[in-house]
Amino acid sequence: MSSQIHIATRKGLFQLDRSSSGWSLGRHDFHGEHVSMVLKDHRDGTTYAALNHGHFGVKLHRSNDDGKNWEECAVPVYPEGATIGAGPFSTDGKPKPASLSEIWALEPGGPDQPNRLWCGTIPGGLFRSDDCGSSWQLVESFWDLPERQHWFGGGKDDPGIHSICVHPENSQQVAVSISCGGVWVTKDDGASWTCKADGIRAEYVPPDQAYDPNIQDVHCLVQSPSHPDFYWAQHHNGVFRTTDGANSWQEITTIQPSGFGFAVAVHPKQPDIAWFVPAIKDECRIPVDGKFVIARTTDGGLTSEVLTNGLPQEYAYDIVYRHALDVDQTGECLVTGSTTGNLWISEDGGDSWQTISTTLPPIYCVRFAKS
Amino acid sequence: MVRVVFTPNLERHLSCPEATVSGDSVREALDAVFETDQQLRGYILDDQSRLRQHMVIFVDGKTIVDRVHLSDSISPNSEIYVMQALSGG
Repeated sequence: MSSQIHIATRKGLFQLDRSSSGWSLGRHDFHGEHVSMVLKDHRDGTTYAALNHGHFGVKLHRSNDDGKNWEECAVPVYPEGATIGAGPFSTDGKPKPASLSEIWALEPGGPDQPNRLWCGTIPGGLFRSDDCGSSWQLVESFWDLPERQHWFGGGKDDPGIHSICVHPENSQQVAVSISCGGVWVTKDDGASWTCKADGIRAEYVPPDQAYDPNIQDVHCLVQSPSHPDFYWAQHHNGVFRTTDGANSWQEITTIQPSGFGFAVAVHPKQPDIAWFVPAIKDECRIPVDGKFVIARTTDGGLTSEVLTNGLPQEYAYDIVYRHALDVDQTGECLVTGSTTGNLWISEDGGDSWQTISTTLPPIYCVRFAKS
Repeated sequence: MVRVVFTPNLERHLSCPEATVSGDSVREALDAVFETDQQLRGYILDDQSRLRQHMVIFVDGKTIVDRVHLSDSISPNSEIYVMQALSGG
């Protein structure tokens, strides 16, 4: 079972450690700073923290000694003259200059790419580093897709890449998803890309456009580590799953008490087990009936169950963002953190939950340090 | 010479002592400072070299007009203050 969790919040980066007496909050770095993403790279132990200063822009820091010392490294920079597609909601039909507004996804490359990092950003650029973040290159093949001109923001003003799934057995294959721009897959390390969202359905466009793969607002995409052709997607208006490497998707309508949410986690060894954090869609965005619950399916979405043991069942208005639910490598330990600053852990696959804190800042991302 | 002063709030993130440079525009003065400190540049300007949305620059007590090209002219004895805007904070 994992023994270390990082929690990225509106007011800094926290570390949660497990000892014989249980879980306890430890380090707090970047006091008061907006930390949008955190990654502990299991390949070399480096920890990365993405900051979003209100005035001074987006920064990336790294530490090779578990946070005792941090150094600022490079951030992705859009090329001079780069522009965001006008999108359907532009008021003047003109593209606007592209400038990094958030690091929204950060993932290590495969074991055969020891210094590789992938970075997803708002406004919709995919970047890659082959020197542990000392420099970044825009993946131009992705940026130059004509379909990008039709992406648009979901929740954020501009489109953003929030999920990057590197195939566990073939690092040349990477899947990314965009709010709102569907799911895209490369099988040649980013040289070419294919939109892979057939079967995903959007309720927020006229019916004849509902299955347009390029406008799908996937909130979070996860890939089964043990069965890489299985992906789960928490979408704006439901849950979807593929078992054939994203060639076709099926809608899962059994998730209770609702299909709306941001986060999804998949069991590391059993692709039919997944967890969700349902809420009322989408103009309201609060837990159904003020009860905070986790939904779990153990049969690939044929059925689901509502997990409540240890979670607040009245006056709960917590929303869990897309990166704020994680499962460890055993599949037994889960962690989730909310916009209200509540942090919960389960050590029995979600059957019961313990409250770690009710007073943290709004939580953006929780991640187990994996080996 | 032109005096360039940065908000002390930046000191939380990196060193940015007061600088004395030459130039005929805000852009030229800042470029002279950034020539020796590229990291500082990224805290003041965005990817497209525009003034960051929530920053503000005063030249001799007046806010600059051209936040995109920073073409506002300066005199040899100007004082440039690079500050946080009250927006976005």
